[in-house]
Amino acid sequence: MIEIVPRTQKSNLISATIPIMAVILTMLFGGILFWSLGKNPFETIRMIFWDPLMNETFADYARPQILVKAAPLILIAIGLSFGFRANIWNIGAEGQFIMGAILSGSLGLYMYPQESSILFPLMIILGIFGGILWASIPGLLRAYFNTNEILVSLMLVYVAEQIMAAASIGFLRNPDGSGFPGSRNLSQYPSAANLEIIAGTGIHWGVATSIIAVLFFYILLHKHKFGFQVSISGISPKAARLSGINPKFLIIWCLGISGGLAGLAGMFELTGPAGQINIDFNVGYGFTAIIVAFLGRLNPIGIFFAGILMALTYVGGELTQFMLNLPAAAIQVFQGMLLFFLLSMDLLVNYKIKLKRS
Amino acid sequence: MDISSIDPVILIASLMVSSTSILLAATGELIVEKSGVLNLGVEGMMIIGAICGFIICVEFKSPFLGLIGSALGGALLSMIFAAVTQFLRANQVASGLALTLFGLGLASLLGHSYTGIKPPYLPKPNIPLLSDIPIVGKMLFQHDVVVYFSIVSVVAAWFLFQKTKLGLIVKAVGENQESAHALGYNVIRTRVIAILVGGSFAGLAGGYLSLVRVPQWTEGMTAGAGWIALALVVFSGWKPLRLIIGAYIFGGFTILQLNLQAIGIELSVALLSMTPYIVTIIALVLISSGKGRVGTSTPGSLGKVFMKVR
Repeated sequence: MIEIVPRTQKSNLISATIPIMAVILTMLFGGILFWSLGKNPFETIRMIFWDPLMNETFADYARPQILVKAAPLILIAIGLSFGFRANIWNIGAEGQFIMGAILSGSLGLYMYPQESSILFPLMIILGIFGGILWASIPGLLRAYFNTNEILVSLMLVYVAEQIMAAASIGFLRNPDGSGFPGSRNLSQYPSAANLEIIAGTGIHWGVATSIIAVLFFYILLHKHKFGFQVSISGISPKAARLSGINPKFLIIWCLGISGGLAGLAGMFELTGPAGQINIDFNVGYGFTAIIVAFLGRLNPIGIFFAGILMALTYVGGELTQFMLNLPAAAIQVFQGMLLFFLLSMDLLVNYKIKLKRS
Repeated sequence: MDISSIDPVILIASLMVSSTSILLAATGELIVEKSGVLNLGVEGMMIIGAICGFIICVEFKSPFLGLIGSALGGALLSMIFAAVTQFLRANQVASGLALTLFGLGLASLLGHSYTGIKPPYLPKPNIPLLSDIPIVGKMLFQHDVVVYFSIVSVVAAWFLFQKTKLGLIVKAVGENQESAHALGYNVIRTRVIAILVGGSFAGLAGGYLSLVRVPQWTEGMTAGAGWIALALVVFSGWKPLRLIIGAYIFGGFTILQLNLQAIGIELSVALLSMTPYIVTIIALVLISSGKGRVGTSTPGSLGKVFMKVR
């Protein structure tokens, strides 16, 4: 007989090793998946996890790409992690990402082609504001009307996507684009462009910001009262209420932080890698960031590494599409599996598994 | 633009068709939530149902087998959720999200070579007499079997929870897991079965989309319908019969906006396309702000992990 017994104390060692075990299990089952698709599992796994970093032909292109893709994932996931800790579920980061891009992009496109050194900082502020604005809808509704924030934030993703579509064929369309959808390319507009800080490394302003965010939110989580309040509310809502923490305050702040960071990520994505507002602007960073947040154990430092790992699977996944003709969705399945293994093994943090003779 | 060109009879008939999918998914989720489990993976199970049904329908050239296949597909996927949340005690919100992400990916992987194919047509039953009634016949009695099945299953769910002992057990497990356990009911088993039933309903809902409503396979074709089904359960206040009202209001808005788009009304397409989602948000706010009354019908143990205490 197998018996599951609660641990008297949560095991930190196990908590830290679970993501690694989950990755190994995902590789194993992912390998089986790739094999069933008629690919060599070892070659595929190597191409996803090893070649983007080490292969001579691909690494020069792939290494910077990893940072470029990791930055939005890390930024968004850090924001989400605060809410997730306090059982506040913002799953509409994708929409907040879009709104940050649209708001900041509108200013950039309005100012075009005037050059000004304050344009970029202003766009950053508008990006954050756009995300906060979109996240404040589920935030305020949850705080004052007790409306389910999961559903509202998700519904707003679809609304944001429609606004995005309307913008790219309508009010933000490039007037010189001969009628094609999509705005002007902001990455080619010097005052608004999110350029590489060090050429050839992929480190643009978004990457730099995400590293700063990791440090800032690590301190906020572990050294500041707010971080403590968030954590205590997740573990015991009753204890939190008794100690005088205002749940409304927490809901609004958690959604505000996650929305702001998602909007910021959207702004950096728009002005850098994506370049223009278009129908296919959002590629699902807001959803993948949910996996990143959990994989990083809802901790900024962990999220940093999780973001890099997830970006690796993106870049490696592109490589397998290109080289092995593997369908793009295979990587999505792979990422989904990772989250499942991770959540399943969380059991081991709080419980012991004992073998008992019956 | 000419609003009078919208025929109300066709409007109501197509409203019933467009609501069927979310009504089925919501009925399944209601049963799951009544047992105290919150499965946010409806969207994932729906899309898996959509592709499984589609593949089986195309391969075996039988829409009926397809619909059965879609229900099985949804149930199979929900087994992962059942295992992870009921036996491994994982967080239900996170696991539900994982189920959706995983399902969306798996469905596009499975459907890779099925885009652009037309599935065989699901024949409509011929209901004698009733379908010949002038206006009402066309409006209500010329649909496919799934439309009627969705209504019947809502009534069946109502009957289950109001009139049967089994329904009472499910409610007890969802309302107070510790007491239900103390009374000798198997909490985990009840919930696993409820999750499987919910999964089959969600799968069937997806299959209806890809086999009847659209009918075609396209990536991400559920487009949030699973989430709307979840919202519908909240809207209904966990009362089965209210699901029909909610689903038809929602379907009404969907159809109306499509019709308005078709006659080229002076509103932007984007604005019209976002109305169903905005309507859902407004409905959620109205329901939740009316606290007390609706709040009390939320299953007491919803989303809680059950641990046997000796």
